[in-house]
Amino acid sequence: MANSIRMRANLEGDVTTVRALISHPMETGMMKNKKTGDLIPAHFIQEVVCEHNGNTVLTSLWGPAISTNPYLSFRFSGAKKGDTLKMSWVDNKGESDSAEATVA
Amino acid sequence: MNSLKRRTFLKGTAAISSVGFALGAGLLTPRMVLAAWPKSAFESKSVDDALTNLAGSADLSTNEQIQIRAPDIAENGNVVPITVETNIANIESISILTEKNASPLTASFVLGAGAEGFVATRMKMGKTSDVIAVVKADGKLHSSRKEVKVTIGGCGG
Amino acid sequence: MKQLLTMAVAVGLMGSVPIVAQATPEQDMKEYQAHYHKRFPNVPHDDFINGLYALDPEKRSQWEAIEDFPPYTVAVEEGEKLFNTPFANGKTYASCFKNGGIGIKQDYPYFDTKTGQVKTIELEINECRVKNGEKPLGYQKGDIASISAYMSWTSRGNTINVKIPNDPRALAAYESGKEHYYAKRGQLNMSCADCHVSYPGYYVRANILSPGLGQTSHFPTFRSKWQNMGTLHRRYGGCNRQVRAASFDPQSEEYRNLEYFHTYMSNGLEINGPGSRM
Ligand code: HEC
Repeated sequence: MANSIRMRANLEGDVTTVRALISHPMETGMMKNKKTGDLIPAHFIQEVVCEHNGNTVLTSLWGPAISTNPYLSFRFSGAKKGDTLKMSWVDNKGESDSAEATVA
Repeated sequence: MNSLKRRTFLKGTAAISSVGFALGAGLLTPRMVLAAWPKSAFESKSVDDALTNLAGSADLSTNEQIQIRAPDIAENGNVVPITVETNIANIESISILTEKNASPLTASFVLGAGAEGFVATRMKMGKTSDVIAVVKADGKLHSSRKEVKVTIGGCGG
Repeated sequence: MKQLLTMAVAVGLMGSVPIVAQATPEQDMKEYQAHYHKRFPNVPHDDFINGLYALDPEKRSQWEAIEDFPPYTVAVEEGEKLFNTPFANGKTYASCFKNGGIGIKQDYPYFDTKTGQVKTIELEINECRVKNGEKPLGYQKGDIASISAYMSWTSRGNTINVKIPNDPRALAAYESGKEHYYAKRGQLNMSCADCHVSYPGYYVRANILSPGLGQTSHFPTFRSKWQNMGTLHRRYGGCNRQVRAASFDPQSEEYRNLEYFHTYMSNGLEINGPGSRM
């Protein structure tokens, strides 16, 4: 899972647009393994937290119906160019990852 | 590569003690532990149940200030791009529900300081359904809906 | 598949293939491109590299939403890393390609007069590995698609410039690819041209058929249906099998020749790989 998050943050006027792509299987638990016929256990991100200067700007709560390799975009105000933005996720198995991006 | 080490920390209820340990070890930020994932809402089988479990109410008022951008016909039901945008004031959260999915609640975005009324993601849809955006602001639930048609794929090699 | 059969019958009744026998490759190409310009007078020439999204605004807007943060980003990054990681002997891929492998995709595939065969970029990636004592990679997806994606990425905006040298073997390779493209095959008895020359813009179930022109420009491609990257030959295999014909091995002479013809038809268009498709 090293480096599972690709994130960009662009400031325009006062508003920063954040776009991120996370590498994750987002298994629903309803799909069968084509070879063995066994159900593939559910494995999906449940929570993605994005922080700016220690404040949470967005908490995303997800179910398994978010697409494989999830995409997330949102906007917030109050950041300056060069600020650091941190994103972290936790999935239903307790795995997690985090990454930082600089507001450009 | 912290992720492998962090495996199993938040698993179910038995995780309480290990979360305590994780906090102590500085591996998890308090915020991540506090924001509980609303299991009952995500497992609800109807829009009303999901909203009641998520927001304490399923009392929706239609609001034209909520725009849903999603395709009329999804090219691939596994990857349906959706954007919800609104200029309603004092938004607490934006939730997306897919009426005909077995579990309708797809995502809920809790807006923090400075967040604008805008979220975009990509989602899976099993069949043609209304997609409902629910915006919670000043304790009230505002909503808008849009139908997305899903045709059976399977061709195209 | 039943619906597909229905359409196969329709094509049998109405299909016509606008290519003259015994033309030079250059005449073929001009006629091939003119066919699409006539068929889709409102699609700008340069837009054919966007496949079915050049034809359908609704699907295009979904695709543009995906391209906003395209899923192949990961493959390009991984490909760059792999490309620059030295083999056990200390050499890298750059040592095997002209210009260090950067910005060269537009010249592929090419006819190698030394070996008398068509060389694709994926074939040469593996030749490079073997020459340097490494095991060859699988040809359909995974690392080879990532490396190829990176090499396409560095070639974006360059003009496809496939050459057919004055060598009877090169012409034979071209003709063999053309033959594959127009030959009816499989239980559905359909050729590539039936779907992609005669019926682009038509639906096959939920899919809109893309024009053959520009089809190779964006490979390798992240297909949502695959959930990962695939090479052009992986796609060829899928298109052979969907008419219930046997597919050929990726990088077989059959597919390399097909790629030679198929890419030559798009000469003059830009490389925009890697791509994403639903
Ligand atoms: C039964 C109709 C049919 C036949 C015959 C067929 N294809 Fe396809 N092909 C499709 C469909 C459907 C798709 C997916 C939609 C699209 O992009 O056209 C597709 C996609 C493709 C793509 C990807 C296009 C892109 O923009 O990414 C390529 C390349 C391709 N076909 C090549 C071929 C070749 C070469 C042959 C002959 C070996 C062939 N096809 C035969 C139906 C067909």
